[in-house]
Amino acid sequence: MSRALQRMAVAVAELAHGTADLVLIGIQRRGVELAERIAKLIEKDEGVVVPRGALDITLYRDDLETVGPKPVIGETRLPVDLTDKHAVIVDDVLYTGRTVRAALDELADFGRPKRISLCVLIDRGGRELPIQADVVGQVVKTSSGDRVEVQVEEIDGRDQVDLVR
Amino acid sequence: MSASLGKDLVGLEHMTPEQIRLILDTAEPFKEVSERPIKKVPALRGKTIVNLFFEASTRTRISFEFAEKRLSADTVNVAASGSSVSKGETLVDTAKNLEAMRIDMVVIRHPSSGAAGFLGQRINSNVINAGDGKHEHPTQALLDLLTIRDKHGKIEGLKVCLVGDVLHSRVARSNIWGLTKLGAQVGVCGPHTLMPRGIEELGVKFFPRIEEAIEWADVLNVLRLQLERMEKGFIPSLREYYRVWGVTPERLERSPRAITIMHPGPMNRGVEIDSRVADGPHSVILDQVTNGVAVRMAVLYLLAGGRPELADAAKRGGGGGAE
Repeated sequence: MSRALQRMAVAVAELAHGTADLVLIGIQRRGVELAERIAKLIEKDEGVVVPRGALDITLYRDDLETVGPKPVIGETRLPVDLTDKHAVIVDDVLYTGRTVRAALDELADFGRPKRISLCVLIDRGGRELPIQADVVGQVVKTSSGDRVEVQVEEIDGRDQVDLVR
Repeated sequence: MSASLGKDLVGLEHMTPEQIRLILDTAEPFKEVSERPIKKVPALRGKTIVNLFFEASTRTRISFEFAEKRLSADTVNVAASGSSVSKGETLVDTAKNLEAMRIDMVVIRHPSSGAAGFLGQRINSNVINAGDGKHEHPTQALLDLLTIRDKHGKIEGLKVCLVGDVLHSRVARSNIWGLTKLGAQVGVCGPHTLMPRGIEELGVKFFPRIEEAIEWADVLNVLRLQLERMEKGFIPSLREYYRVWGVTPERLERSPRAITIMHPGPMNRGVEIDSRVADGPHSVILDQVTNGVAVRMAVLYLLAGGRPELADAAKRGGGGGAE
């Protein structure tokens, strides 16, 4: 995973043509840790400070009505006014695209970034919305019954990606 | 965290500690929503909520209304005066008529104890008690609990004393249930005429003098003296009440601890609480008001929808969830 993250860090910096105005925004929960790590890698390579934030999209989900017990809501913490920034959304797995749709709606309520990009560790296909990632760690072919489980050291004690069929 | 709340929020008496903690923990992220540049999330978009107030209220009604609007619900306020209630319509008829207009939730304040529970059993909409007679005012107690937890980092083991008119206070009753369920020690202090008989059976300690309560407590929750009580002979005069029961800086100074000061409002300055205490460094009275919106957002969020049949159907359909 660390090699994938290093590649992603380089790709994010390239995407942004440098690091000015760059803000990394992790989606709760594992996206937050991944954003933190990618930001640190960029900081090491480029010698600049990269602001990062956390976004919980629960209240913007389109299926709140149908989920059983209400999901626990995590912290939303955005570092700066996003207007005229280049916001990069970071998440662990890109699947249906509905989480990203919710994140786009939520970010719009925090300002008007000049650009929003998407960076994911795993793209498992299966999109239900017209959404694509700009930076992908790895593409994994899956079918709808499969589960992709990402573990990160900060939360799970180790870095690992499992495909459960 | 598998606790859920069920259809209605009537009172804390029949709730489990897990349910109470679920509300407090859910309120935490909602505080941040009120700090955003756009103080609104779409969680309850398309839900219709009626605020049915049969008794005067400013703070509670506005707090519920903000909570509803910040969750994007559509709200209608109905006050007893100027509605068909003043023409003699029964509570259930009023609610059934509202329900016929396809509403989702009712927030009710009513002068009769038990009104919210009564209504909840008779309509399909979610019912939230915003104060019923002398029975309960659960969201006030929940915001008090959240404020205490913010200030002290915990509730368990703290000594919290309710001061004043416990007899007529639904806030006191809800607080006693909530605090004891979460492991706090609860005291009550006030004139005998304003203490319900057998109050100690609820597991609380009675202090006959304010000085003793101050010596014991970590937190004082000073209840409003309802002024109409004086006319009914419960207390001799407001001046005398202040002299014997008023929470003053002079009295607080005798405590070795910095006592947290709370008041559910509206305050009678110079009667149950001295202005220097209400505006002092240990007062969290305005934090209570801020927390009120977050707690009510949490309750609305947790109660709304909650349609398990849809959740089961979605599961059977083969997990299309996010991630």
